[in-house]
Amino acid sequence: MDYQFNFGVVWDSRNLLLSGLALGLGLAAVSILIGCVIGLIGAFAATSRSRVARGLASAYVTFFRNLPILVILLFVFFALPRAGIRLDKTDSFVASLSVYAGAYLVEVFRAGILSVPKGVVEAGTALGLRPMQIRRLLVFPLMLRNILPALGSNFISLFKDTSLAAAIAVPELTFYARKINTESFRVIETWLVTSLLYVFTCTVIAFLLRRLEARLRLP
Amino acid sequence: MDAFLQQLWIARRALLDGAWLTVQISVVSIVIGTAFGVLVGLALTYGPRFLRWPTRLYVDFIRGTPVLVLVLAAFYILSVIGIQLTAVQAGIFALAVFCSSHVGEIVRGALEAIPKGQIEAAKSLGLNFRLTILLVLLPQALRQILPSWVNTGTEMVKASTLLSVIGVTELLLATKEVISRNYMSLQFYLFAAAIYFLVNFAIERLGKSLGCRMALKGAR
Repeated sequence: MDYQFNFGVVWDSRNLLLSGLALGLGLAAVSILIGCVIGLIGAFAATSRSRVARGLASAYVTFFRNLPILVILLFVFFALPRAGIRLDKTDSFVASLSVYAGAYLVEVFRAGILSVPKGVVEAGTALGLRPMQIRRLLVFPLMLRNILPALGSNFISLFKDTSLAAAIAVPELTFYARKINTESFRVIETWLVTSLLYVFTCTVIAFLLRRLEARLRLP
Repeated sequence: MDAFLQQLWIARRALLDGAWLTVQISVVSIVIGTAFGVLVGLALTYGPRFLRWPTRLYVDFIRGTPVLVLVLAAFYILSVIGIQLTAVQAGIFALAVFCSSHVGEIVRGALEAIPKGQIEAAKSLGLNFRLTILLVLLPQALRQILPSWVNTGTEMVKASTLLSVIGVTELLLATKEVISRNYMSLQFYLFAAAIYFLVNFAIERLGKSLGCRMALKGAR
């Protein structure tokens, strides 16, 4: 093997790679926010008394968890315009990743709601709070602490999933890596640096989340 | 609907071939990945230090990298360093590597959950290390491993769609090609989604029923 390493080309494109990384983080952040809204609504539906709401929530979770994101993404980007829903590529990606994330987050939030002791809800009822007030004022803040680790690992895996945006030419890290790869043929350097960037970012996020958890832990 | 059925009939060969390739890719990468993953899990739990550290590094590196990047890297890098593989083989290699790191973590978690008394009991019975693993630890770990392992199965079927990016005509790329002929994107993407859903749903169901059957009596 007489491969000459030359990181010059990759170093010259550092701004592109970093902007791609930032876009990936942004896409993941927006998607997890929308996903959290979906997840929260879904989780309250999944734990409600209404059978219809429970059925709908479980159908949503089962359906989207069992689909590849790439299929959802291509459907949203290429097929939905046929049905009159036009989104540009970034919006398509955020929409796809959000519904996908939502399906996982429903389960996360559901576990969170169930982790809140029943006595808290009963205490709220005894105080004369309405069901929505109990959810907003008691259950939600209490469960947040319990689900933080799961939320964090979901964010990390969403961040990794943003690499799929390259499939519809959203200019994030993997997109630029492919571009540099085909333009310079510095194959090993490009992919080594790209995956190191992903690994490094994931490690940093995981570290920050652990700090946050330690800080929020009840004495 | 009639038009769709007619197009579906015309495209049946292409789609069936694609679906068959998806099944092959998933099965082969799961088998290789699992075999390697069990070794990774053992190395992480019981390996000597000089083995444990590189394995830890391997697992963390692979798990921190998106599967798509693994697939692209395998596709491009392997040919540059002189390993000539077809796109399918390179893709299977990437998926197997991905699978091995996940299975490795699952196995490690299950092995660490086994009470230490079990190893001590095996030692006092005079079993050597290999027999302890084969007869005492792995059978007990299996109870925990199986449900999550089946989950990895659905992950691998989902990840197999990424091979469409490097030009492997599995179900998704086959669907794309059919759509580029007849422009019925709505119907055919839904059709592909339905197939992926059914396959994964079946695997998930299988995992759940296995989990129920393997749970210890009274443990649930």
